[in-house]
Amino acid sequence: MYEKVLTKDINMPESRKLAYYEKVGGYRSWKKALKEMDPDAVIELVKASKLRGRGGAGFPTGVKWGFVPKSTDKPHYMLVNADESEPGTFKDRLLMAGMPHSTIEGAAIGSYAIRANTCYIYIRGEFVREARILEEAIAEAYAKGYLGKNIFGSGYDLDMYVHRGAGAYICGEETGLIESLEGKRGWPRTKPPFPAIEGVFRCPTIVNNVETLACVPYILERGAEWFAGIGPESGPGPKLYCLSGHVEKPGVYEDAMGLPLRKLIYEYGGGILNGKKLKAVIPGGSSVPVLTADEIDVDMDFDSLAKIGSMLGSAGCIVMDEDTDMVNTLLNIAHFYRHESCGQCTPCREGTTWAEKVLHKIKSGHGTMKDVDLLYEISGNIGTRTICPLGDAAAMPIESFVRKFRHEFEAYVTKEVEVA
Amino acid sequence: MKPVFNESAEKEFKDIISRYPNKRAAMLPTLHLAQREFGWLSREVMGYVGELLELPFSDVYDAASFYTMFKLKPTGKYHLQVCHTLSCALRGAGEICKHLHQKYGIESGETSADGKFSVLKVECLGACGTAPVVQINDDYHEDLTIDKLDAVLDKLD
Ligand SMILES: Cc1cc2nc3c(=O)[nH]c(=O)nc-3n(C[C@H](O)[C@H](O)[C@H](O)COP(=O)(O)O)c2cc1C
Ligand code: FES
Repeated sequence: MYEKVLTKDINMPESRKLAYYEKVGGYRSWKKALKEMDPDAVIELVKASKLRGRGGAGFPTGVKWGFVPKSTDKPHYMLVNADESEPGTFKDRLLMAGMPHSTIEGAAIGSYAIRANTCYIYIRGEFVREARILEEAIAEAYAKGYLGKNIFGSGYDLDMYVHRGAGAYICGEETGLIESLEGKRGWPRTKPPFPAIEGVFRCPTIVNNVETLACVPYILERGAEWFAGIGPESGPGPKLYCLSGHVEKPGVYEDAMGLPLRKLIYEYGGGILNGKKLKAVIPGGSSVPVLTADEIDVDMDFDSLAKIGSMLGSAGCIVMDEDTDMVNTLLNIAHFYRHESCGQCTPCREGTTWAEKVLHKIKSGHGTMKDVDLLYEISGNIGTRTICPLGDAAAMPIESFVRKFRHEFEAYVTKEVEVA
Repeated sequence: MKPVFNESAEKEFKDIISRYPNKRAAMLPTLHLAQREFGWLSREVMGYVGELLELPFSDVYDAASFYTMFKLKPTGKYHLQVCHTLSCALRGAGEICKHLHQKYGIESGETSADGKFSVLKVECLGACGTAPVVQINDDYHEDLTIDKLDAVLDKLD
């Protein structure tokens, strides 16, 4: 039996308060880090826990922290990625609204580990309520001496601020986020240099997802072994799964990493809405390849989903019932990427626009079989040809939808489907 | 008349710039503040933000025009951002859009004749588990049906 960790004590609105968080063990890890551990020991512990980033890419957190140079005369920065913009993802919102102090504590420990004295929480602009909750929580933490100058007499200073975005998916991408924080449009940067060497304000920077950081206090409290023992060896730990679309009970569900997808949909989600049958699932946010109803006997973890050609991504699981029109659905997704492409790279800017047009053409009954193949060609010419992975994110749904549901696209061409 | 922050907004602005190592990084928070104070970001307001941040107008416009939340033209007293991305679309966002169109006679991006309501179709609001979602000014309204939305809208004055 899995015992919840990240959401166990969330009981809104009381769980927002510092006093409540302290009562359930909060900030003990922060004290422990400052009093008993040097920054490198924190990094080693997080490495040993095998924690991998929850923002989408699954990069080992401790390893990333280790990339920050030990001796620089530049300030270092910790950026919390609270942009939560991948369609189908709404887990960080629950953490921030339900227990903001776990994110703050995790971010503080991370800042200490990478020797940063400033931390910005970059939160999507629409989350006005969550930004306010975080600001109140940060004020509480300052008042109690958990943030500010010379924390617990350790000589370590840390300032933490909430920074609101203003509506742009691309600012969830870490270098887009950095540009945006610097006051510019969110145009991603070419790497290298990687942010750990040269990030915000040209200084060493780490960007971590909210859920990633919220795991950290528990690792310090209960040990790396405990964490590494939850779920699959290659990417363990507690995990929040977002379930949306055609299910009876959509929501955020916590379980161990590696939760069977079938269990998520049929047990936690109560099955398909209105007793219908399942047609398809996008398991990791709209950017990852779609799965058919026959492919749901898979565990929700990095390796298992990669093995069947999809990805865990942000664990934003979007469910579609048997009556869902896949052409329409892909058009919806293609529209999203066209709208959110930042316009910097030609393959992405032009490719997403073109794909949406071709899909419109097919949907309105004017498409040909060549247009169906053209979709492959377009997606093949966007993916891997751009500065940031938004290009791949736009290409993967197109390729997988056409490959797995080709008959539906063809039915529009042969007019088996009545065109509205 | 040239836009100028009142005393309390000026104080907020001072607090904002103290958080960053340079003034340019205060761009987004300052634009948010200016939009709250002046309702939308006219050329004059963007010019004022440029003066405050010691940046040319073009830098301010470049940033402001990139983000969907910054209003480069006035909107209604109640600005309705209707999510129409996948999870919301699967749970009835299309009907919500149609309903608002019928109710107010406006398309996405337009404002009703009395200036009270404006509607904008937006992308995923990060609340897909409680789809469909409409954000009215700062507030999220979730798990909506047309009746539930009407009940909210008809109470606004
Ligand atoms: C287009 C795009 C959008 C992204 N959006 C988010 C997001 O909203 N939140 C997030 O945490 N990571 C997002 N990411 C991933 C970040 O680039 C980055 O990998 C992550 O914040 C690193 O944190 P982690 O190592 O803790 O996962 C996005 C990536 C891309 C390419
Ligand atoms: S799809 Fe509407 S909130 Fe995510």
